[in-house]
Formats: sequence, structure tokens, C-alpha cells
Amino acid sequence: MEQPLYGLTVREVSKHFHRTKRTNEKQHFHQKIRHMFKREKETIRAVDNISLDVGIGEIYGILGANGSGKSTLIRLISTLLLPDTGSIHVFGDDVVTDSLKVRRVMNRVSVEASFFKRLSSAENLIYAARLYGISAAEAATKARHILKKLGFDTKRMDEAMEDLSRGMQQKVAIARALLTTPMLLLLDEPTTGLDPKSKRDVQAFIEEIRGERNAVIVLTTHDMTEAERLCDRIAIIDNGKFIAEGTVKELIASVPLQNNAPVTLEDVFIALTGKEIAEEAF
Amino acid sequence: MLNLVRETVVSYAFIERNFNLLKRYLSWEILFFSYSIVNALTIGLIMVGRGSSEDVLYLVIGALIWGFLSIMMREVSDAITWERWEGTIEYTFMAPIYRITHLVGSCFFAILYGLLRTGLVLAIMPLFFGEHINLGNANWLTMGVTVAVSSLSFIGIGLMAAIFPLLSPEKGQAATGIIQSLLLLVSGIYYEIEVLPEWLQPISRISPATYTLKSIRAAMLENQSVESQTGNLLLLFIIGIVLIPLGFWVFHLGEKYAKRVGRLKRSG
Repeated sequence: MEQPLYGLTVREVSKHFHRTKRTNEKQHFHQKIRHMFKREKETIRAVDNISLDVGIGEIYGILGANGSGKSTLIRLISTLLLPDTGSIHVFGDDVVTDSLKVRRVMNRVSVEASFFKRLSSAENLIYAARLYGISAAEAATKARHILKKLGFDTKRMDEAMEDLSRGMQQKVAIARALLTTPMLLLLDEPTTGLDPKSKRDVQAFIEEIRGERNAVIVLTTHDMTEAERLCDRIAIIDNGKFIAEGTVKELIASVPLQNNAPVTLEDVFIALTGKEIAEEAF
Repeated sequence: MLNLVRETVVSYAFIERNFNLLKRYLSWEILFFSYSIVNALTIGLIMVGRGSSEDVLYLVIGALIWGFLSIMMREVSDAITWERWEGTIEYTFMAPIYRITHLVGSCFFAILYGLLRTGLVLAIMPLFFGEHINLGNANWLTMGVTVAVSSLSFIGIGLMAAIFPLLSPEKGQAATGIIQSLLLLVSGIYYEIEVLPEWLQPISRISPATYTLKSIRAAMLENQSVESQTGNLLLLFIIGIVLIPLGFWVFHLGEKYAKRVGRLKRSG
């Protein structure tokens, strides 16, 4: 059997959602009543005909403003959404038809550190690890090791998640994903909302993982510096579409110099999308 | 075989997690436990001074068994509601486990928790009712077998009810309550089904709670053996083996729909 060249292959994937159309126009009473019973729907094309390939050992960045479709794409890859059209393969397995196989080799960190907030980080991590067939003892040892590397005070592992700061919760979320040693790691804005120290800890750890193992890493972010530091290749997404893709150098070279000033990744983003990413950030 | 062992071990994750949650919300559990006692007392006391001790026990059994069956129906649905609120459902659905493993784990917890809570309430009842409750004539084996067999049906119903919170964490739990109320109405929990309007009686004949109550009352009030309840138990078993796959199928449809329209996420 032919070995797949890429760890992740996305081909012409689209996903749209229907949502109730909201109007700001002033409506008469009868129009409001009619609107209540007959709601107009509009179609949101969250992901629009996206294709990408990510090689083994590569960190692939997806740069986009809020609502540009980054998280929808990550959810499609992580089997939490079904694509309308197109196909996604992880190490040769289709995310829809071979979902179980894909889930075995993949994990994800999302911008929201979702946990049972009353349980401790140790309890949450052991629960998550058990779902992957990892014993409680092994999970506890591994979790301690990962959390230490992330700069998490492991003495606080028995405290309820709700008593931990946002940064600490996010570090536990990263530990949850790495406990299972995933071959495909989906990092959906893992550093959004973190303080500079936590951000640096997380970024350093991502670099360490890249050095240690041949995993496929997809990182979505709206932090230009983070993208430049971590990603081998970057795609810029806007309104569900990839509007540019390449290495940082290639992307910068694609935008003409203005007043001989050096072009930054942020300049590229603004030139291509017409948006200031900082305005869109949290 | 190896897969079966692995999935059984994995399903323990849900039991352990739910017991951990139970510990963290112990004060609430004490409150709910007190409510179960008050509820059984309120219903049982209706007959004290009016009927025989058997009449009191008849109502108390209704309250206790209804409490147990409600826990079984509700716990699976509660687990899904909880996961939807916390946002962890995406991580559970992303884990490399069969949905059956996930749901069976939640069901096992529901059975253990239901038995624990109902058993404690039952143990406390004689303290309040004194000579009005006589458990000396009960056939515990028949009762145990009936509870075990009827659990299948209620797990099936619980699985179906769990799609409501899967689709809407805000309103889904209330919808689960509607199913419970319907079963409460038709299943002869506190009265014989013959007092129902004739057009409702056919529904009570397909409700597993009807047969559960009949057999448990026969065991507790008349010391009836398992053999004497074979017909009832067989019907309960048949309803169970129909409802469990049906429950999984309905849940699978709900999950597929949620993945199609993007209902699993809480934000982003």
C-alpha cells in the first residue's frame, strides 16, 4: 500500500451553516409577528473550498481574524463537524468514514479550556487519558512531566479547575492533548488571552514538541509574532477562504515594499484582507 | 475480545468521573437525597390512618421505584447536559471510543447511583413509618431481578432522551422531564392503570414502568417468586432489547445532526 506523503490532506472542503437572518430595520408589529413564525434564513459559508497539505514534522499556521473560519476548519479536521463537500484525510484515513482511526492519532487544544470546572486538573486529566486507554498512574506521571515543562506549579494539580487562572487552565488543556501523544496536534488559538509569560511557556513547548517528535501540527492564531516564530508555512484565511499560502518569507515577498520600509507579516495580512487583526483580537 | 475488554475498561472513565463529580457536589446530593425522603414520606403518609400497612407500602414503593427509574432515565441525559455546559462534549466525542462505550459507562453509573440513593431512602423509611411499613414479607430476589431487567428499558429511554440536551443544553433537560411525566401518568405509579381513561390504557401497556411496578409490588407486598413473575419479566426484557438499540440509533441520529449543523460547540 502506498504510504501517504502528508500527515494531513484537505481537499476542496466546504462547510456552510444556516442561521436566522437578523434585521436592524424598524419593523411594524405585523412584520414582527410574521418574522416570529416565518424566520428568514441566511447561509454562512464558514469554510469555502479549502485545500491544504501538511507534512510530517511540519507546523502549519492558519492566520485569520475572528470569525474567518479557522475554528470551523479545525472542527472539520477533528471529526466534530461533517463537511458538506470535499474530503479530509489524516495519515491516509478519511475523517468521516474512518473517524475512529483518525481520533486515535489526533488531539486538539481549543481557545476555550473546556473542563469539568469543579474537578481538579489531575481528575480531569486522568479522565481524559482513560478515554485513550491510558491508565491513571501513567496519566498522572505524564501529566506532571508535561505540566512542569509548561511552567505549571504541579502542587496545584489537586485544586479545582475553577480556582486556576485562565493561563493555568490553558496549560492543563495543552497537557490533556499531549498526554495521548498525538500524531496530529490541532492547536486552535492556544495562546489567546494568556499573559506574556504563559504565552512564552506555551510557545517554547510547541517548539520543543516539534524538535522531539515527527508530529503534524496545525496552529491557528491571530498573533503574527507567534505565527512567524512557530510556523513552517502559513495560510491566511478570510471569509472561509484561503487567500494566501506560503512560508513567512514567501508571504512577505508577495507584498510590495512601501516607502522602502521592511514588510512584516502584519503588513501582508492587512494588504491581503484589508483588516487590522489587532482590532479583531480578544 | 481484546476490544471488548478495552472498551469496558474505558467505560469505567465515565463511572469514575461521575462519582468524582458527585463528591464535589456532595452538599447538593444531600439536598436531593433529603428531597427523595420527603417525597416518599409525603406520598406514603396519604394512606397512614386511612388504609392498611400494605396500602402505605403500595404508595411508598411507587415513590421509590419511580425515583429509581427517573434517576436512570435522567442521569444519561444529565451527563450530556453537563458536558454540553462545560464544553467537554467535544473532547468526549473526539476521543477514540465507540459511542456505545461512552453511553454504557454513563448508564452503569446511573444504575449504581440509582441503587445507592434508592436503597438509602428505603432503609430510612421504616424509621418514619414504624409498623406501617413491614418489609419482612418482601421477596428481595424478585425485586432485584425486576430492577435489573427493567434497567434495560429505562436506559433505552434515557438514551433517547439524551438527544434533547445534546441539541439544546438550555432547554433539553426540560424536554427529558416531559418524557418522565408521560411515563408517570400512564404507568400506574400511584394508582392502578385501570383507573386511566380507556384511550390511555394501551399506552400504559407498552410502558416498561407498568410491568416494573407490578412485579416489584408483587415481590414486596405478596412475597411473589421470580417464577411467578416470568411473564412480566419477559415482557420487560423484550421491551428492553427493543429500546436499547432504538435508543442508540436515535442518539446516533442526534449526534450526526449535531455534527452537521454545528451544535456541539459552546463558543468559537
